[in-house]
Amino acid sequence: MIELLKGFMNGLFQPAIALTLTIVLVSALYKFRRVVTQNKLVASLVVASPLLFFFVSAFDENFWIQFKRPDNIPIAAMMFLVVFFTWFALKLAVDNDDRIRDGRPPKEAEPEEEEKVFVWPDLVYSELLCLLLVSILLVVWSILIPAPLEEPANPQLTPNPSKAPWYFLGLQEILVYFDPWLAGVIIPTFIVIGLMAIPYLDTNPKGNGYYTFEERRSEIFLFQFGFIVLWVFLVFEGTFLRGPNWNFYGPYEFWDPHKLVPLTNVQLSEFIWARWLGIGLPSFWLVREFFGIVLMLVYFIALPVWLASSFLRKYFEQMGLFRYVIFSHLLLWMVLIPIKMYLRWTVNLKYFVAIPEFLFNI
Amino acid sequence: MSWLGNLKEKVGTPSQWYSDFTRTPVWKSIFRHKLPNDPKNRALVVLTNVFLHLHPVRMRKQGLRVSYTWCMGGISFFLFLSLTVTGILLMFYYRPTAQHAYPDMLDLMESASLGIMREMHRWGAHLMIITVWLHMLRVFLTGSYKPPREFNWVVGVLLLVLTLLFSFTGYLLPWDQLAMWAVTVGSNMARATPMMGAEGPGMQLMQLGDVPLITAGSDVRFVLLAGRFVGEGALLRFYVLHCLGIPFIFVILLAVHFWRVRRDGGISGPGKGGKLAL
Repeated sequence: MIELLKGFMNGLFQPAIALTLTIVLVSALYKFRRVVTQNKLVASLVVASPLLFFFVSAFDENFWIQFKRPDNIPIAAMMFLVVFFTWFALKLAVDNDDRIRDGRPPKEAEPEEEEKVFVWPDLVYSELLCLLLVSILLVVWSILIPAPLEEPANPQLTPNPSKAPWYFLGLQEILVYFDPWLAGVIIPTFIVIGLMAIPYLDTNPKGNGYYTFEERRSEIFLFQFGFIVLWVFLVFEGTFLRGPNWNFYGPYEFWDPHKLVPLTNVQLSEFIWARWLGIGLPSFWLVREFFGIVLMLVYFIALPVWLASSFLRKYFEQMGLFRYVIFSHLLLWMVLIPIKMYLRWTVNLKYFVAIPEFLFNI
Repeated sequence: MSWLGNLKEKVGTPSQWYSDFTRTPVWKSIFRHKLPNDPKNRALVVLTNVFLHLHPVRMRKQGLRVSYTWCMGGISFFLFLSLTVTGILLMFYYRPTAQHAYPDMLDLMESASLGIMREMHRWGAHLMIITVWLHMLRVFLTGSYKPPREFNWVVGVLLLVLTLLFSFTGYLLPWDQLAMWAVTVGSNMARATPMMGAEGPGMQLMQLGDVPLITAGSDVRFVLLAGRFVGEGALLRFYVLHCLGIPFIFVILLAVHFWRVRRDGGISGPGKGGKLAL
C-alpha cells in the first residue's frame, strides 16, 4: 500500500506533471484566496504542506539520503518560507481588498498608522530583537550541523551528478531544454534586466505601499509565476529530483547511476523535412532551418504585434510603444521556457532552430 | 561604626556611579546626548551616532510593523555583517593555494577551538540568499518599487546579483570536490557566451584571417578562471573577488541602497512616501 503511494508520488513529481501542478496550485492559491486565507483548516494545510511533505518523506530512506545532506536543509527551509510568506502576504492583501471594496482605506493607511513614532526606542528595539533571534538561530544551527567537507578537489574525478551551487539549479534545469548560450548567458541576463525593468514597465499607480491583490492581479501573478514556478520550483527539482546524469528521480526513488533514459530528441527541421515532407534534410542550413527561423520570427516579431491589438491591448495603450516592445519580449522569453519544456516532454522536440555550423541553437 | 556610614556615603550607589560617570569629560566627548527618554534626546541619539543615523529620527508607525516589512532587509544586512566578521576570522586560517587550501580546511575543522565560524559562514550565506529573495518578494508585493522608489529597486537587484556572486565565489574556496565541480558546472556556461566564449554562437565571426581571436585560452571563461579549467589561478581569483572585489562594490551599493531608502521617504507606505491611489 505504502509502496503504491510512493510510486504514485514519484509519478506526481515527474517534471511535466509537477510543473503543471505547481502552476495549477499557484493559480488556485490566488483564485481561491478567500478560502485559503480565511478558512483556518485550509490555511493551516497550505502553510504546513511543505513541512508535512518533508516530515513524512524523511521516513523514506531514499528521500532521507538527499534530505540529510547539510546543504539541502536550507533549501527545505526555503520551500516552507516561500509558501508561508506568499500565503501571509495574500492574507494581508485579501484583508485590504475587502476594506477597499467597503470604501475604507487599506490597513496601512489607517490614521493611527500614520502617527509618527520615535525610531529610538521603537524601531531600534525590534531591530535588536530580530538580530538576537537570527543570531541564536545561526549559532544553534552551526553547533548542531557541521559544515560538510568532501574529498579534496580532483580534476580527474568528475562526480555524478555534478551540480552547480543550489541557487543556480533552476538555470541548470533550463539547460536541459536550451543551449548553454541561452540557459547560461542570455536567460540569466534577461532575468536580471527584466527584474530591473519592473518599476519602469509597471504603469499601474495602484498598490503602492500596501498589500493588495485585486488592484494588481496580473502584475502579481506574473511575478509569482517567475518566482515560484520558474525559480523556486526549479531549484527544488534540481536539488531533490535530479540525480546521476541529471536524470529525473522521484523523491522516493533510489539514485541509481545506471538508470537508462532513452534520448530521442528530434529537431524541428527533422520533424518537417524528414517526417512530414519525407524528403530528407537539405544540406544548406538556411533552407534546412527555414521553418524554424520563420517560427521564431513569428514568435518574437509577429506575435507581439498581434498581442498588442488583442490580449495585451490594455498594456500597449498604457505603456506606449517603446516600453511595450521591451515588456512583450521579456514576457515572451519567460513564457518560452515552459513552452519549450512542454514540447520536450510531449513531442521530444530538441531545438526549434539548430545551426551547429554557427553553434546557434534555440 | 560611623566610619562605615561615611564609607557608604563616599562610595555611593550604582545609580550614583552611573550619573557621575556620564558627567566625565570622556563620556561627554563620546555621547552628545543624555539618556534617551525624552523627545529631545531620542532625536539626538539618532542624529549624533553614525550607525544610528541611517535611520530617521521619527517614522510612521506602519513602517514598524514586522507583518509589513517581515524584517527581511534588516536580517539580510545583519547576515552580511555576520558574514563579514566570520569571514575575517576565517581568513586568518586560510591560504588560497592548491597546496594549502584543503589542509587548512581540515585544520580549521580539527584544531581551531570553538570552531563554528565555518558553519556560521556557510549557513549564514545560504540564509542570506533566501532572506534577500524574500526581501525582494516583500518589496514587490507591497508595490514598494513604484514611484518614487524605482531606482532603489534597481540597486536592490544589483545587490541580489552580487549576493549570488558572493556565494558563488565563496563556493570554490573549500577546494573540495563539491567546490571544484560546482564552479566547473557554473563557469562552463561562460564558454557559450555569444561572441565572447570559445563555444558560443558568433565566435566564428571573431577571426583575423585564419586566426581565431576567441579560443579556450582567450575567452571570458579564461578571464574568469585564469586558466582553461578550475585550478589554482581560479582559486586565487575567486578568493580575491570574494574577500575584496565583490565586498568593495557591495558596500558602495549598500550605502546607496540605504541612503535612497531615506531620501525616497523611508519605509514605503500608502501615506506620504507613496501616493495612495484608491
